[in-house]
Amino acid sequence: MVDQSLAVMLTIITAATPLLIAAMGELVVERSGVLNLGVEGMMVMGAVAGFAVAFLTGSTLLGVGAAIFAGVAMSALFGFLTLTLVANQVAAGLALTLLGLGLSGLIGEAFVGQPGVKMPTLFGIDALVPFSFILTAGVAYALFKTKIGLVIRAVGNSHNSAHALGYRVIALRYLSVMFGGACAGLAGGYLSLAYTPQWIENMTAGRGWIALALVVFASWRPLRALIGAYLFGAVSIMGFVVQSMGLGIPPQFLSALPYIVTIIALVIISGNKRLTQANTPACLAQSFVPDR
Amino acid sequence: MRLILEKRADRSPFFAIASPFLALLLTLIAGGLIFALRGINPLEGLYVYFIEPLTQLWSVEQLIVKAAPLVLIGVGLAVCYMANVWNIGAEGQLTMGAVCGSIAPVMFPEWQDPSVLVVMLIMGMIGGALYGAIPGLLKTRFNANEILTSLMLVYVAALFLDWLVRGPWRDPQGYNFPVTKTFAGWQLLPTFGGTIHLGALFALLACAALAFVMGKTLIGFEIKVTGNAPRAGRFAGFSRNRMVMLCFLLSGGLAGLAGICEVASVVGKLQPQISPGYGFAAIIVAFLGRLNPLGVLFAGLLLALSYIGGEAAQVTLGISDKIAKVFQGILLFFILSCDTLILYRIKFEMGRVGALKAAE
Repeated sequence: MVDQSLAVMLTIITAATPLLIAAMGELVVERSGVLNLGVEGMMVMGAVAGFAVAFLTGSTLLGVGAAIFAGVAMSALFGFLTLTLVANQVAAGLALTLLGLGLSGLIGEAFVGQPGVKMPTLFGIDALVPFSFILTAGVAYALFKTKIGLVIRAVGNSHNSAHALGYRVIALRYLSVMFGGACAGLAGGYLSLAYTPQWIENMTAGRGWIALALVVFASWRPLRALIGAYLFGAVSIMGFVVQSMGLGIPPQFLSALPYIVTIIALVIISGNKRLTQANTPACLAQSFVPDR
Repeated sequence: MRLILEKRADRSPFFAIASPFLALLLTLIAGGLIFALRGINPLEGLYVYFIEPLTQLWSVEQLIVKAAPLVLIGVGLAVCYMANVWNIGAEGQLTMGAVCGSIAPVMFPEWQDPSVLVVMLIMGMIGGALYGAIPGLLKTRFNANEILTSLMLVYVAALFLDWLVRGPWRDPQGYNFPVTKTFAGWQLLPTFGGTIHLGALFALLACAALAFVMGKTLIGFEIKVTGNAPRAGRFAGFSRNRMVMLCFLLSGGLAGLAGICEVASVVGKLQPQISPGYGFAAIIVAFLGRLNPLGVLFAGLLLALSYIGGEAAQVTLGISDKIAKVFQGILLFFILSCDTLILYRIKFEMGRVGALKAAE
């Protein structure tokens, strides 16, 4: 019994970690006033790149590096489109997701069914789990206790004022977007190197979108995102636990649970004006063209 | 060297028309590059992918068959995006339309007269519209982000369909395959001789009707104003919430119609997978068609070509048909980039000196 609940705890942790990492990246992006809906696309590219490199070299460390690189490359594309060319951020994010899902399917075709390389673990916990906590603390500290965090939030709340004060709005947003890309890529790499060490097409299965919902759920607060990620991790694992009890609930209903819970969570949080309006970055999803 | 945007005094009428074509050209160049990377002669690759399907009658028929759902969904999404309502869950609305429309033939397989087809189509539309109404309602009542809720519902719908065809609706004589009984007779859409079915006509009618509504009626004007100038819309007394619901019901209904048309023609039964991502490709159709119902018609044909070209490339060039999704993604990227040219002039500047000179 103890062993079993310990195993459940471990699976909850591994389910929550990619959500937490991806959400933490997107949180910084949105705090800087950019809405990147391409998390799913960046994540799935990270997953395929991480798997491919780890499979070819045998090194999960190189795999993690490749996953981060893929996420950053995708986010830079998004940055060019929305920050330099001021394209609509919602549409560009969708484009990023569609492109990522397509490209990863094409690249990953050679790796379907291949045995993966699993990240080394200590007592069932891999290095990225403690890293995700450090990341959360780091983001929380950087956003609310340092000057760079203050400037990022200023850019997100009023890009015109920040620009007038001499801050380089576009450059800061590029940095934030690429940080988000690195996190999303890493989260994807976690899926294909630790969570289920193999490559399956569309293996992110909406986790990028759940991470986006988590940011809203957390009302743009890092520590709340941590709680949210573990809540969602628990919900997605609950399905398996209930199934193993053999209550005869169709597995499809249990698989649908995380998506339904996401919707319910969004409804509860969004209906609360006090929580959302106080924290929503005022310039979220607005393009900025400096007047010269 | 720096890239600088300079706002035009007015929208550029030239680029408003030229930008989709420019995007297409850039996509072709990128496609050629991908072919070259895969060791295929780019010109041959592009010929097989984009030209050859147009030279044979059967593949032109296929083109129209595949364009029908893309146009039906795309034209609804175009209206949504025009109103700044972000329905990206059309794939789920398509699924639920297919499910609701299939109630009649699955429950009453013996029902064999034209009325069953009418019931199927109407139920399909209702199913899609109601499923679309969920994110609409959550948006208007609770201010929940419609992008996220509509997308989450895509996964829920797919799992629901999966459960139906593996569980209660599975054909007992289907050798345990996860499929319903095959539809027959009046449960299938009539065709125009070959494989082109009634869905193509519905797509044309939807485009014509929405072109009229958007161009000539007050409600079309209302949609455009609430989308482009929400403040002005509020002063004019246009209800934003009503608009959101209307857009979701309309686009959901059209996606549902596309779903039941697919099931009652190409697929011929319910099964776990009924669409190769039409609901998502239709997002690209809407943008490529400049959110204009008539533009959507051409964009739908082009996206259909991307599916058929992918199949052709798989057969002739031995390259995965997954390349179709890559082309679709790249195309949307270039469309969005090229649209910048409508409102801005792009200038390249050399270093800081250039910037200083410009300031003087």
